[in-house]
Amino acid sequence: MIGVAQDLWLSLRRALETLGSMGLFLGRMLAYIPSALLRFDLVVAQIFNAGALSLVIIMLCGLFIGMVLGLLGVDLLQRVGSEDALGAGAALSLVKELGPVTTSLLFAGRAGTALASEIGLMRATDQLSAMQMMAVDPVKRVCVPRFLGGVISMPLLAVIFSAIGIFGTQLIGVQVMSVDAGAFWSQMRAAVELQDVMEGVVKSFAFGIACSLIAVYEGFNAIPTAEGVGRATTRTVVISSVATLILDYILTAVML
Amino acid sequence: MRQTRATELSTGLFVLLGFAALFFLTTQITNRGLSFGPSGYALTAKFENIGGLRVGAPVSMSGVKIGQVEEIGFDNVEYKAQVKLRIESQYNQIPNDSDASIFTAGLLGGQYIGIGAGGSETYFKEGDQIEITQSALVLESLISKFLFSFGGDNEKVDDGTKADAPAEDTAK
Repeated sequence: MIGVAQDLWLSLRRALETLGSMGLFLGRMLAYIPSALLRFDLVVAQIFNAGALSLVIIMLCGLFIGMVLGLLGVDLLQRVGSEDALGAGAALSLVKELGPVTTSLLFAGRAGTALASEIGLMRATDQLSAMQMMAVDPVKRVCVPRFLGGVISMPLLAVIFSAIGIFGTQLIGVQVMSVDAGAFWSQMRAAVELQDVMEGVVKSFAFGIACSLIAVYEGFNAIPTAEGVGRATTRTVVISSVATLILDYILTAVML
Repeated sequence: MRQTRATELSTGLFVLLGFAALFFLTTQITNRGLSFGPSGYALTAKFENIGGLRVGAPVSMSGVKIGQVEEIGFDNVEYKAQVKLRIESQYNQIPNDSDASIFTAGLLGGQYIGIGAGGSETYFKEGDQIEITQSALVLESLISKFLFSFGGDNEKVDDGTKADAPAEDTAK
């Protein structure tokens, strides 16, 4: 009994320690942001890695999520005879919830793992130590541009996801299931406020900070072995996904 | 060098696409549209009850949208809702004795203001007030009205049956 309690306390303490050192790491990176903006070419390269390379998977998933929303939405709304509300329902759920959250989960899988394993491998092959030997701070040179690249890419990816998703819903709902196009768009316009779009952007911005921080932190603090890098990559996906969903609840509750 | 240029180009395209998507989301699926400053002219109308009317709701005449609700306030003196309507400038021949009513679009639709044309020769201009207004139909008050009238009828019927029933009994 005491053993269990001790284990629990230990793991709780470890979680708190991780959270604390992650916070400190974030503070350290934030202090470097002005100097990172002077070397913006590094950030651009990371926007390419995190954002542009994730574009295809984001667009594909957005299209299919939108198409599923179209199918299910028409099926559900037909039962109450108001399939005209499809546009409003799909747009609201995409812009406020599905867009930011799904993008964040995909981002953790596509870009987060790449970041964590890249930095982890740098750690394992002593590249980070070599930088330190040359008086180059690896946090400044390696971590901050990757973090910024992720933070900038995430909202852009999320709005692209939502826009493509709405297109997918329209494709299935209007073109295939013959919902009236005018009603689809006008009900959408009547229901969606600018505030809803902004809510989605704020959410994805927060997810961008969380996911990029977790990926960079896990990679930077990876155990410098092949196994350690693998574990850091796994932890990145797991922690990012859980953090996304918890943050999502908190942000939704705050902005409701 | 070629590599970086390709990278920069595709990054630029990605960012551009992102902003295009944001532009689409903010202008095409919300009811804002692109508007630079107020256009058209403003009218005010006072309603007893506006129900679920919201800012941005359409103002229509014969079913055609001619403007939208710009502001909803409360008149502290008359205890009425004061609604400011923004009418597009091309609809400048609305008779100044026209009436405004609040309707609901469909069962799940939002509420909107319908304007019925009057017969006056002079037209509404900036800042005028629509004098004849009809409040939103609030479902609860409608139901209670219906129930009250129904209840009243019921009592009469009850009285009738009470008066009849003993008679029937005695007849049997």
